Amino acid sequence: MWRDALLVAEKDLRIEMRSRVTINQVAPLSVLILVLFAFALGPDRKPLVAASAGLYWVAVLFAAVLAVQRSFALESAESARDGLRLWGLDPAGVFLGKAAALSVQLLVLEALLGAGVVLLYGARLTGILLAIATCLLATAGLAAAGVIYGAISSGLRVRETILPFLMLPVVAPVLLAATESWRSTATAHGTPTGEPWLNLLAVFAAVYLSAGVLAFGPLFEES
Amino acid sequence: MITSKHLDRLSPPKQRSKVERYGVALLGALSLLGIAATVWLGLWVTPPDVNMGQLVRLVYVHPPVAWVAYLAFGVAAAASIAYLWKRTRSPFWDRVAGASAEIGVVFCALTLISGSIWGRPTWGVWWTWDARLTSTALLFVLFLGYLALRKVPGNPEARYKRSAIAALIAFLDVPVDHFSVLWWHTLHQPPTVLDAGLTPHIHGIMAWTLLLGFCSFTLGFAWLLVQRYRVESMRQQLDEESLTASLAERRAEADATADAEADAPTSTRPPVGTIAR
Repeated sequence: MWRDALLVAEKDLRIEMRSRVTINQVAPLSVLILVLFAFALGPDRKPLVAASAGLYWVAVLFAAVLAVQRSFALESAESARDGLRLWGLDPAGVFLGKAAALSVQLLVLEALLGAGVVLLYGARLTGILLAIATCLLATAGLAAAGVIYGAISSGLRVRETILPFLMLPVVAPVLLAATESWRSTATAHGTPTGEPWLNLLAVFAAVYLSAGVLAFGPLFEES
Repeated sequence: MITSKHLDRLSPPKQRSKVERYGVALLGALSLLGIAATVWLGLWVTPPDVNMGQLVRLVYVHPPVAWVAYLAFGVAAAASIAYLWKRTRSPFWDRVAGASAEIGVVFCALTLISGSIWGRPTWGVWWTWDARLTSTALLFVLFLGYLALRKVPGNPEARYKRSAIAALIAFLDVPVDHFSVLWWHTLHQPPTVLDAGLTPHIHGIMAWTLLLGFCSFTLGFAWLLVQRYRVESMRQQLDEESLTASLAERRAEADATADAEADAPTSTRPPVGTIAR
């Protein structure tokens, strides 16, 4: 399983390195979303700084939807999915591999967006460790849920519209917990209070990773 | 497009046995009577509450409706497991899951609506971003997505399978919703009946009315489920048979044209080599 996961992750990342779709299209778009939020809230710094944690995670969520779409567009072109199946890879390994590749891409996007929030909104990051832990856990959860729904909607004629509809409500708890956790770093004096939210993120990631490992077999077989 | 002409040609839906027919009718009648009795007890017989006053009367409707939503989603999840499990795999379970989820979405909406009617006079707002309310709204959207996914056309086997998995994932929110009032200290009150020690915080005639509400809404759910299942299986039968019927129709049309051409004088026939339309 782990070896298959590594293979699939390597394949996805290599395709990304060569095609640069996430870096050249999704990343600029997510920064653009930050700029649009700034337009919507006006030039005043105060509301932007206050809302920066929430806006950051909303931008991450939208970018994640696009990244998932891209990740499964790779598989649907020229029946690459059948190829994966014919190689006899473990479905759980394919799930973990795709989730890992997606996580790497999302972490890069998050770093970029983090810089964007600091530069454009003037947000100040205080609890760096807590922020990084939040990012890691939230990304694992997002990637796991994203790959499950990407697989469910891939190959459908309506995949572009149904994926966000299915995926965004499911990952809403990630948005909530990650935002609260980040906000606690900005307001806490000395002792950050984000720990319960980190726990929630960890539970979410664990639940969706195990759901994916179990469910990917039947999903991968046909559809 | 299915027309009434098609409907006439279809074989009649499978006749149900007498026991089945009367059983379903009895179920419907009982639930209707129960709901009527709940309304009567809730509005006229039970006294106003010490704290909530007349508003307590919504308690006889809101928790039973919410319970039916949970139950319906639970049945949808259980039926999805039954479909995914290879030994019990059959389209029957997919239809049950779809029918149940649809009823669940309706009752979830009713829960949100009745809750917000209660919230306005009690909390002063129609809606608040409380954990219970938010997770219920999420549950509603999740199963709405599930219903949308079911409608996507495609190979039936693959469709049943992905719907089943989506239902199971959506169901993960139900326990979160139920325990949200205990995990987060919310504005919404903790459960009246199903608390950790299973000791109800409601007594006497009020408790009985609430119990009656629970029972009659559950019966109503069962009745709706049976009916919705029947409609769904008839629709599938219609889909299958109407395809055969229209094929037969086209074939008959083609035969008729061929006969007419054979009977017609040769001069009206198009010269060889032209394309007849």
